[in-house]
Amino acid sequence: MADQAPLICRDIHKTFDKLEVLKGISLETRKGDVVSLIGSSGSGKSTLLRCINLLETPTSGDIIVHGDPIKFTTNRRGERIPADNKQVELIRAKLSMVFQSFNLWSHMTVLENIVEAPIHVLKVPKKEAIERAEAYLNKVGIYERKDYYPAQMSGGQQQRAAIARALAMEPEVMLFDEPTSALDPELVGEVLKVMQSLAEEGRTMIVVTHEMAFARDVSSQVLFLHQGVIEEQGTPEKVFDHPDSERMKQFLTPNF
Amino acid sequence: MLDLKGYGPALMDGAIVTIELAFLSLALSVALGLIGASAKLSQSRVAKGIATTYTTLIRGVPDLVMMLLFYYGGQVAVNMLSDYIWETYEIDFFFQFDPFISGVVTIGLIFGAYMTETFRGAFLAVETGQIEAARAYGFTRFHTFRRIMLPQMLRHALPGLGNNWQVLLKTTALVSIIGLTDMVRVAEEAAKAERMPFHFFIPVAFVYLALTAGSELFIKWLDKRANVGVVQGG
Repeated sequence: MADQAPLICRDIHKTFDKLEVLKGISLETRKGDVVSLIGSSGSGKSTLLRCINLLETPTSGDIIVHGDPIKFTTNRRGERIPADNKQVELIRAKLSMVFQSFNLWSHMTVLENIVEAPIHVLKVPKKEAIERAEAYLNKVGIYERKDYYPAQMSGGQQQRAAIARALAMEPEVMLFDEPTSALDPELVGEVLKVMQSLAEEGRTMIVVTHEMAFARDVSSQVLFLHQGVIEEQGTPEKVFDHPDSERMKQFLTPNF
Repeated sequence: MLDLKGYGPALMDGAIVTIELAFLSLALSVALGLIGASAKLSQSRVAKGIATTYTTLIRGVPDLVMMLLFYYGGQVAVNMLSDYIWETYEIDFFFQFDPFISGVVTIGLIFGAYMTETFRGAFLAVETGQIEAARAYGFTRFHTFRRIMLPQMLRHALPGLGNNWQVLLKTTALVSIIGLTDMVRVAEEAAKAERMPFHFFIPVAFVYLALTAGSELFIKWLDKRANVGVVQGG
């Protein structure tokens, strides 16, 4: 039990209307893994991430979070839907997500954003939740902004607050959906630095990214997606320096 | 000093009736508006159909016609129902349509339709990312609604809500038609008896004006509070 895989995906397919976006993706993480999902736009990497925490329901395939397989059923229209909303809520609480556009709740201060889910979803006592939130705000370096509203901060600060919100759930796996794509270039570094320190602490992370340097230096596993399938997979050395796939070679060649 | 020829206390009572009527109708219309908006935005085709019929019907018929229909028609319907129940089950059931209740129900129903549209637009204005973040953190649907959607929707709904409230407040004057002794009704009687229309209607106009001006200030204050965390301009 001790070293159970935090997350296993088996043969995930996702179809929107007639468009098949994911064509059978499998992925297994060990504790402390940092998995980078790379690939061009439309390759399905964000969809995969959204399927993992069920913001999208996979058309077929299994998702197993810490040994607990997500149960599915079929609705009247014949669509596959999660069978048990309680289970979905529990699983989502174990997989906290960091979004491309931060999605901090705009009517709450930074601190309120961070304590909301621990208090109401995890039922952590309020005092403890606040202490926890302050510790994580310190960690991401924006403790002094705790009473600001999201709109009063820079993109980099907002994304660091969003990471603190994710950390406060003390999740099994952290999901990052292009966390630096909406940031000005000079703000990307501060967010990547926080993410790197999380990786070094041994947190399990799945990161959809366009930051190749981050993928190469920080990840333990890299998955290159192309048109809904995994084209190349392995350690960063393997994927970046000795790729087997032609697509991966093309992807790495700068193209002006 | 304004001499109200002894009608002062009656006018005062009338003003209180007007205010009570307005607030109760507001409460009903907000409740109906939230239900209507939720129905229109729901997946269920039946709920959508009922809500659309409701808003189309109400918004297409003049307020005065609705009120007369409801007050007189409503009593006839109750009488028919009462006869039917007596004949079939021999149970004595009767319900007298009170003009005050008729007023609240009619005005509440009318403005519920306008509120439905206001709230529907406001719910749609909430960014999907805000709701997605709530779902992604394991919130239940109810919790997402109460903690994220409702407070954010309110910010978008307030201007429309304030507008509806002002129109509602003035619409209460129509209840004098169905015999409710509100402020307008008292003034009308006094004006006729004393042959002094200006003398009685102008103070009434000022009371309405004071009420609407006061609510405008209150709504401004609410708006400021609801927009906390929003950077203006930029």
